[in-house]
Amino acid sequence: MKVKNIAAIFLILLSIWILLNNQFQIEVMIIGVILSFVISIIMGSRITVFNELKFSFKSVFYTIWYLFVFLAELVKSNLDVARRVLTPSLPINPGIIKTKTVLKSKMGRMILANSITLTPGTLTVDIEDDILYIHCIDVCCEDIDKATAAIVDKFEKILVKIYG
Amino acid sequence: MGNILEIIGAVLVLLGSVFLFLGALGLVRMPDLYNRIQAGTKASTLGTFLTLFGLLLIIPEWWGKLVLLMTFILITNPVSSHVLARAAHYIKIPLTDKTVADLLNKEKTTYKVNEEIKNE
Amino acid sequence: MVNTLLFISAIIILLAILLTLYRFIKGPTAPDRLVAFDVMTVSSLALIGLIAKFSSRIIYLDVAIVYGLLSFLGVIIVSRYFERGL
Repeated sequence: MKVKNIAAIFLILLSIWILLNNQFQIEVMIIGVILSFVISIIMGSRITVFNELKFSFKSVFYTIWYLFVFLAELVKSNLDVARRVLTPSLPINPGIIKTKTVLKSKMGRMILANSITLTPGTLTVDIEDDILYIHCIDVCCEDIDKATAAIVDKFEKILVKIYG
Repeated sequence: MGNILEIIGAVLVLLGSVFLFLGALGLVRMPDLYNRIQAGTKASTLGTFLTLFGLLLIIPEWWGKLVLLMTFILITNPVSSHVLARAAHYIKIPLTDKTVADLLNKEKTTYKVNEEIKNE
Repeated sequence: MVNTLLFISAIIILLAILLTLYRFIKGPTAPDRLVAFDVMTVSSLALIGLIAKFSSRIIYLDVAIVYGLLSFLGVIIVSRYFERGL
């Protein structure tokens, strides 16, 4: 369990090092490997979020698919907000509503909340166990089930397959 | 071939800057803080993302740092806007008159993070 | 052609930063100013990228990375200060 956590931190740190240096000389790589190894050993027992990651073919596939769904949603809703901003009468109908999530893991909830925040028109204000409080620029419905179906479900049904 | 990629990149940069401008316009026009966060921070995320992606197409040798910047923006920007919205709601920044619903109970804000820090 | 387009987009980004500056100066409450600051710094990341292209120096991108990191930390710290004091 702990080895996987350390390995995840090590890989993330090493890839950041490689991207930052942008060169593949052997000395640079050796320094990067040593540094990321030491840091991941030190921090391994404290950062426990990566324990929930699963390295399998299915999860990688769904992660990539999720990225595409997310980017499409991002562009679509950005255009929607751009339309609202450019309309002279400013057609907004804001409010804070409740939605529910079925995700249990911390990582899954974090990704879900961040995705909801990044799609314009919705903004996660607070999380309380499995209740998400979302500020909408255009409130569709105050009922918790309908709101969940409208906002959360499209991300959740993919995230459930990755994080269970 | 490289020329076509450069032109596509330049168009993407232009598109990104237009999104940045729209975000700033939303920041000025929206009536209250939460709507400003909505219009501002997220349009600026997409705008910066598109601009850097266009630069990536124009100068492919810089991919490392540009990719790092893009992932960095995509991860940190929603976090900062969420923290900001939560803090603003906690100190009772008023919502605009057009607001239809406010289901978040103001007295009962979660402080789980704080408890975790205390226990360590 | 490409350079003209990039120049036009740099000017548009500058206009956007000026608009956010208006909100930064006027903003009725402190969180409003903080939002304006956030949008301003993220927009200037794009501008720094464009400047790096104009002067073709990759080292400017490091400046952008550190700038983004500091702005993120600043926003988080000031929001936490709003919430429960230092």
